[in-house]
Amino acid sequence: MNQNDPEIVERLQSQFPDALQSVAAIDQPTLQVGLPDLLRVMTFLRDEQKYKMCLDVLVVDYLPTHPRFEVVYHLYEPWKHARIRIKTRVAINQSVPSVTPLWPGANWPEREAYDLFGIVFEGHPDLRRIYLPDDWDGHPLRKDYPMTGTRID
Amino acid sequence: MAADKLESTQTADPSQTMIINMGPQHPSTHGVLRVRLELDGERVVNAEPVIGYLHTGFEKTAENLTYQQCNTITDRLDYLAPMTNNLAYVLAVEKLLNLEVPKRAQYIRVLFAELTRVASHLVWLGTHVMDLGAMSLFFYTMREREVILDLIEDAAGVRMNPSYFRIGGIAYDLPEGFHEKVHAFVKDFPRWMKSYRHLFEGNPLINERLEGIATITQEQALGLSVTGPNLRATGLPLDLRKDEPYSSYDEFDFNVPVRSGADAYARFWVRVDEIYEAMKIIEQAIDKITPTGPYTSSNRKVSLPPREEIYGNMEALIHQFKLVTQGFVVPAGEVYQAVEGPRGEMGFYIVSDGGTKPYRWRARTPSFYNLQTMPLMCKGGLVADVITAIGSIDIMLGDVDK
Amino acid sequence: MGLNPAQKEAEKSLLLTTVEKMGRWAQKSSVWPATFGLACCAIEMMSVTNSRYDLARFGAEVFRASPRQADLMIVAGRVSQKMAPVLRTIWEQMPEPKWVISMGACASSGGVFDNYAIIQGVDHVVPVDIYVPGCPPNPEALMFGILKLQEQIMKGIPPKYQRLAMEAQTP
Repeated sequence: MNQNDPEIVERLQSQFPDALQSVAAIDQPTLQVGLPDLLRVMTFLRDEQKYKMCLDVLVVDYLPTHPRFEVVYHLYEPWKHARIRIKTRVAINQSVPSVTPLWPGANWPEREAYDLFGIVFEGHPDLRRIYLPDDWDGHPLRKDYPMTGTRID
Repeated sequence: MAADKLESTQTADPSQTMIINMGPQHPSTHGVLRVRLELDGERVVNAEPVIGYLHTGFEKTAENLTYQQCNTITDRLDYLAPMTNNLAYVLAVEKLLNLEVPKRAQYIRVLFAELTRVASHLVWLGTHVMDLGAMSLFFYTMREREVILDLIEDAAGVRMNPSYFRIGGIAYDLPEGFHEKVHAFVKDFPRWMKSYRHLFEGNPLINERLEGIATITQEQALGLSVTGPNLRATGLPLDLRKDEPYSSYDEFDFNVPVRSGADAYARFWVRVDEIYEAMKIIEQAIDKITPTGPYTSSNRKVSLPPREEIYGNMEALIHQFKLVTQGFVVPAGEVYQAVEGPRGEMGFYIVSDGGTKPYRWRARTPSFYNLQTMPLMCKGGLVADVITAIGSIDIMLGDVDK
Repeated sequence: MGLNPAQKEAEKSLLLTTVEKMGRWAQKSSVWPATFGLACCAIEMMSVTNSRYDLARFGAEVFRASPRQADLMIVAGRVSQKMAPVLRTIWEQMPEPKWVISMGACASSGGVFDNYAIIQGVDHVVPVDIYVPGCPPNPEALMFGILKLQEQIMKGIPPKYQRLAMEAQTP
């Protein structure tokens, strides 16, 4: 387990009581956040705790459960080499506040999440499809999208 | 010459700018990258990369393959350094399984990871300098790469996309005579590298085309999630092999080249220095690998048994059958494991639901994030410097488009 | 009677053939490929032009960047949905006669990727003359494919798009 910043969870819990839920994980501290608190937690992590790199923004589709999507953020502190994973649950027509104003590197991963899962990020400067043609129908990485898409052969 | 970014004798009035499309079929974009250039004469006002022309749907495909089968598609992500992707993936699954890999297999993995790093940097060097105008270095570096591909073919059977690593160790043991071949390679390579250095070291043409071009500050690089040599060229010594060692890298003695110029020149020399450091690791690794010994984990629920055992032992046969047809079961959970690839941090995030196929398979490919720096690097420069910028970021379209 | 020595000398430097054969020989010896490297197969295509598996000795000396100056398009790599119209446009820009080699498993049939994003075979988009299997094919395999194409040209077999057009015309 990446314990290069061992008190980060305590510091976060003391700053945001009742907003975070710790999740058991084998590789790095993982916390579940509600959608309304997401931006505040992220701003605190970036500015006060120096997690200056947002390595990845990705989505997991847990179809039968509600809310369906889980947006996962992997953050990195390059001086202590500390990692942390922040997750938040989102329902199918809900929008997520974008972290692009905080980390410009989250621009393309959020566009990819929009393209492949259909999640709308509020506050994103340029939310449009990135991998698939602009007139594509549907969001392929959802669990109810067939593997071969709408292909005939 | 160093692009004069502050002053421009031409106006940047929107009605005066010209939009030109570069690619996706273009000899210098290193793949199917399309760049939408907005030009004011010869100066770039905006350079926006348009990607997606190689989108392969890896993540969706992987949800249909068993964990062992997924190993074969990881090669095709960053196809110039296939063993690195393999390594990141098998380490991630081994973490979920809590599987112990024998030391000898770990050293062999380090050896091949560094061989592919050298091969990838050689291709980068050849194509980057070819873009700047010097064609002959391309043929020389590719010739050295052929020697490395011969070594990989000896061990794995295929030149490119070998999928040599398996969950638990490696696929086949090293062949006879492999140690001698690697020793010969390590002995010959510095001599060739020295003669190639004469072509670009101190060459005023290359220096003029690289110094001061495509700069990006450390602050901007951190915000844009840049990793790898691009970040080390801004002065931050971030290298996962030293900071969070995996696969016994902490037993090897090597340096991490860092420069602070933050321009194309600094990135160029960080990568050239990395070739020498990788050769050091290869030399140490081949001495640590014993000629015979275990090359895969002894946990028969995950690794295939050796062929001799299958012919005599009933249990081994059953294990072989179940592993090949059904695959092994990975306990439920999630993991993110990253390695230091030639382009940056290559990571895999795997969510398992307790079955034989991954529930969510995500590749954190470095070039996808590194390419976001292009608009910053090209703004205000000349059109020719766009080519320099693309070469110095060292993108790989398989990584970018997944 | 026979030929006198002067005539024998003159015969040694004469070549009797048809204009067609000469034309085909010239065509096959200077097939210039257009760069259409997409993915991993592109790296093996680059290797085939290098000093070990030198392709230049078979006439495919220069890889032209512009399709207007090329005869052969080697589709090396997987073709995604977004790339297919570009592929067709580049093929149409090539002047006739033109040939297409589909290099690798992904270009020939979709390869390992049977999903929403990859065209299952480049022959859905352009007519293909030679299929080279492999993932990626060894540079020697690609060279064999190009040599087979040269044999086809020498025998006078028309390129695939002409054959398809002829078939479409016959009722």
